[in-house]
Amino acid sequence: MSEPHCNTPRTPAWLSWFVGRLGYGLLTAWVISLVVFIATQALPSDPARVILGPDAPLDSILTLQHQLGLDQPIAWQYLRWLGSALRGDLGVSLDSNVPVSHLLWGRFGYTLVLLAGVIAVVVPTALALGVALALRRDSRLDRWGLSLLIFLKATPGFLLAIGLVLLFSMPHMDFLPAVSILDPDQSLLRQLRFLVLPVWALSLTALPYLTRMVRAAMIEALASDYVIAARLRGVPERRIVWRHTLPNALVPAIQGVALTLRTLIGGAVLAEVIFSYPGIGTALNAAIQMRDLPMVQAIVLVITLAVVLINLLADLLTVLLTPKLRTARRVTLIQRNRRGITPWWRRSRGDA
Amino acid sequence: MNAMTEIDSAVLQVRDLRVELPGEVDVVSGISFSLQAGEILGLVGESGSGKTTLATALLAHARRGAQIVGGQVNVGGQALLSLDGETLRRARGSLIGYVAQDPATALNPALRIGHLMRETLAVHPLGLDREAQQVRIRETLQDVGLPDEPEFLRRFPHQLSGGQQQRVMLALAFVLRPCLIVLDEPTTALDVTTQAHILDTLRRLCKRQGVAAVYVSHDLAVIKDLVDRVMVMYAGRIVETATREALFSRPSHPYTRGLLAAIPDVAGRRELQAIAGHAPAPGQRPTGCSFGPRCERFTDACSRVEPTLPVDVAHAVACWVPHEQPLQAVALTPIASVAAHTQAPLLTVSALNVAYDRQVLFDINVQVQPGECLALVGESGSGKTSLARAIAGLGENATGALSYAGQPLPLQARRREAGQRHPIQYIFQNPYRALNPRQTVYQTLSAPLEHFFAVKGAAARQRVEAVLMRVSLPASVADLYPGSLSGGERQRVAIARALLCEPRLLICDEITSALDVSVQASILDLLRQLQREGLTLLFVTHDLGVVRAIADRVLVLKAGRVVEQGAVDEVLDRPQAAYTRTLLAHSPSLG
Amino acid sequence: MNEPQTRKGLLITLLVVAVALLGPWLAPHGPTDMVGPVYGAPTGAAWLGYDFLGHDVLSRLLSGGVSVLWMSVAAASLALAVGTTLGLLAGLSRRRLDQWITWSADVSLAFPDLILVLLIVSMLGRAPWLIVLTVSIAFIPGVIRLARASAVAVAGQEFVEAAQMMGYSRRRILFKEILPNILTPLLVHFGNLLTWGVGMLSGLSFLGYGVAPPTADWGLMINENQAGLLVQPWAVLAPAVLIGVFAYGTNILAEGIGRSSAGTGAKQP
Repeated sequence: MSEPHCNTPRTPAWLSWFVGRLGYGLLTAWVISLVVFIATQALPSDPARVILGPDAPLDSILTLQHQLGLDQPIAWQYLRWLGSALRGDLGVSLDSNVPVSHLLWGRFGYTLVLLAGVIAVVVPTALALGVALALRRDSRLDRWGLSLLIFLKATPGFLLAIGLVLLFSMPHMDFLPAVSILDPDQSLLRQLRFLVLPVWALSLTALPYLTRMVRAAMIEALASDYVIAARLRGVPERRIVWRHTLPNALVPAIQGVALTLRTLIGGAVLAEVIFSYPGIGTALNAAIQMRDLPMVQAIVLVITLAVVLINLLADLLTVLLTPKLRTARRVTLIQRNRRGITPWWRRSRGDA
Repeated sequence: MNAMTEIDSAVLQVRDLRVELPGEVDVVSGISFSLQAGEILGLVGESGSGKTTLATALLAHARRGAQIVGGQVNVGGQALLSLDGETLRRARGSLIGYVAQDPATALNPALRIGHLMRETLAVHPLGLDREAQQVRIRETLQDVGLPDEPEFLRRFPHQLSGGQQQRVMLALAFVLRPCLIVLDEPTTALDVTTQAHILDTLRRLCKRQGVAAVYVSHDLAVIKDLVDRVMVMYAGRIVETATREALFSRPSHPYTRGLLAAIPDVAGRRELQAIAGHAPAPGQRPTGCSFGPRCERFTDACSRVEPTLPVDVAHAVACWVPHEQPLQAVALTPIASVAAHTQAPLLTVSALNVAYDRQVLFDINVQVQPGECLALVGESGSGKTSLARAIAGLGENATGALSYAGQPLPLQARRREAGQRHPIQYIFQNPYRALNPRQTVYQTLSAPLEHFFAVKGAAARQRVEAVLMRVSLPASVADLYPGSLSGGERQRVAIARALLCEPRLLICDEITSALDVSVQASILDLLRQLQREGLTLLFVTHDLGVVRAIADRVLVLKAGRVVEQGAVDEVLDRPQAAYTRTLLAHSPSLG
Repeated sequence: MNEPQTRKGLLITLLVVAVALLGPWLAPHGPTDMVGPVYGAPTGAAWLGYDFLGHDVLSRLLSGGVSVLWMSVAAASLALAVGTTLGLLAGLSRRRLDQWITWSADVSLAFPDLILVLLIVSMLGRAPWLIVLTVSIAFIPGVIRLARASAVAVAGQEFVEAAQMMGYSRRRILFKEILPNILTPLLVHFGNLLTWGVGMLSGLSFLGYGVAPPTADWGLMINENQAGLLVQPWAVLAPAVLIGVFAYGTNILAEGIGRSSAGTGAKQP
């Protein structure tokens, strides 16, 4: 299986794979825009009536329909919406008559800070805890740790948040604010204490999955043949953990972080509502309650596109960090059902 | 037995080594032997004999769950088992090296070769500066036959061939210049030609550098030309140890004789004799001699007291009734002359081409005569498995024409009629995946009966029990799940499943590669019996010894093309093609 | 079933199910009867006090489990059935169909669970069957991925090829050879689906998009009474605890199934 190194192709294989993956991502993004549009504008029998409520007078409905362009053919509506979205114009909020983009970016920024805070807390903790538990596998610490993680994983996120609110609303415990009333004029960095509880609540929900994944990957790597071979060569245990196993455990962790981010976004909506944090979640909640169609469309679109981007980055990092995929002639991440290829007994091609 | 008082240059001394599993179940016990500098010792045993446990115990390592509980291991004067922590770590590698069985998994896929070599030198205090380290690395690479350019050192393991990977493992062991190297079946995963080269390199290095070696193997034929002394293990004990000449010409222990009689030899066809029964698992060893229940020389004394191995004797045997006479050369059985081809061939393959992402078979033409055993021989990548699968109806991406008993045979099994499907049966290579783990043996076996012959209920039960008896399995196996069966037993169940379909052509795809020598002998015996009863066999293998033992005609494949074909005696004694000659030259042989 | 964890999980889950199913008969008052002061403290007549409208918390608690339970079980079962079918189809079919199904699953996975459900429910209404449908749609892509991966792994094994060689019908191979061997990871995932389902449904109720008041529902109770959290915590805590216990029970059950199957898995060399 020796690769002839004299004729390395000019474009590394992973680059062409990435271009393909990018195209796939763009296609996915386009379909998502379709789904968002259909769910909000095309499906409901009459969005105007949905917005104004069942008791609205007929001429208000007709005015709104004309205003929103709902009396035009549906395909035209979609193209118009998509076209303006691509130009950055996400419409005007029905509730406050301010362009959506103005409202959004501030809120989006706050949520980004929140999520960044959670990632900054969860990833190092999960790595440290996962490695520590894997090294002390089956010890008392391991068993207690796993039980705690299972308990955290089982509890729905919003209950944890409510529990925290309850805890810090009690007298003598109010050194952390239970409600995050941020002043938009002040810089966020000065008001970090408002972030603590939401970050804490979300971290508790995200920690179990990532920690257990790191732990499982480390255990598998520590039991592998190459670690035993290294140990028998006299490589010190510390070096084995840091240089031989951790890099191999890192790659599955990347996919885990991507998955975590996806569930975090959903959890953030609940957490923001509970803590009254002025992020994109509370904006979505309010927009849905107010039937603010352009806001809802814009927020959902932005969120889903962010998820697509995160998955793309995760796949790219996976390929770049796995030498076997990075140097392969053809990159395949998904295993397909191909029959009759490699015999079970992994006989290598024989050239001495 | 104080090692200090003995005046010898023994590089390795083992005394009363004992490794246990939880519950005081011993895996190996009572192991005592010694090794001189530059001497190569072959450690032979079948699966479950404890040879791998012993090999790693020499480095004071036991697999997860096992523990070294007693004995001494002295390497180069140092008592390894009493070392701990940092001293033990330094001893591993610099004093005693280790080469694992499968190089593909023993090399970290994320680290470059050069990094591994440099790291190995860096973690041991050898007193070499960077310049000297690089020189040492280059020298070692040259010694093992690898290129020493910096470009090669920047490769990852998956960019090397299997032979190169194993040479890297050798280099990693030899670069520290230890006084002893332990090798655990290092060539099992390699082709015959690669294996021969590696063994050659190993012998050269050991002799030149004066390094002692313990070579673990399940195959006596492989080590015949490599080792100076041989140690045979059974059920966790050493049963015989002798010099190479003595062991192969005058084996004393009945088990050693049984092993030698079961190994197929490429030099000439002999009747293979299987050893009845199977080895006891740890914790289930009988009182007295562990081999007793399977031994034909069994006496009362054997069941009462366990025989001990005398130490410091050149040819030591742990047996109450050892053989005294030298091994008789077993007469070669002449192969029945191939009947004149008056009958029409049973199976014809014409212009078969198979291509997956690249072409694996080029324009193959084969004919199989009824009642014969045709062997398909080749190394990995030769396409022999693809050919067998295409005939069985499993090959995708195949073009060409097949005909069976004069009728055209579709390439896809689904398109064949039932009358063409049941006479052609296929036995897979991996017995561990050939049976549905969620069905009992009876369910697996009765399914084809119902499918092809509409036989159900009591009649089906009767037939299942009859076929189980035919493959030498007890009828009670029928209600077990495959998870409770050993590899050899599962392979027999697979054969039983094929037999129930009333086959005329049986295609066997390396069915004994995963099995022990003695089990292989009994399965080959069964197949020969079936051939005598009229079955036609198509036997795919890489082992020329098995070809000599069982086949009438042989077809040699290389890179998807037929290189040579003909009667077994003709091809193996008077090979025409250069490739066949190379294969023969590199095949290990007892003769 | 021998695994202690499985038994513990089963016990806990069944306990909560019993409370939810038998509760309405055991409740001292009707769930919508206003019988006491707003946010009244627990007394001998009302062990858990009164809620924001004066209902007896205990009665509402006992009557409020059914909706959460049946909806999460329904959503999980629907997701499992549809997802397994599609996943098997994808894993065992030609390249085209496989790519189609996988790609649709990927697109759906781009929507964070809650967002998708919120979107649909807010636009199309709060009928219970619609909520169940949307929640299961959120779960289906994950099941597809799992079923597909398991099916591909099993289909590559030799005993499936042996069945093909025998000429067994495709349906027989699917049901007898492949399905029994992928059952275990699917069962473990079902436990996870139940846990997530409970969390999502109660979260939805909490946000106000679940069952409509004045029906008693654990998630809704948390929403309704959160203003009085400091005065009368039981109105929030009691349903929260029950939700948590049910989620915990199904989780432990799933873990137990996974662990026992790992122990009795087929011996591999």
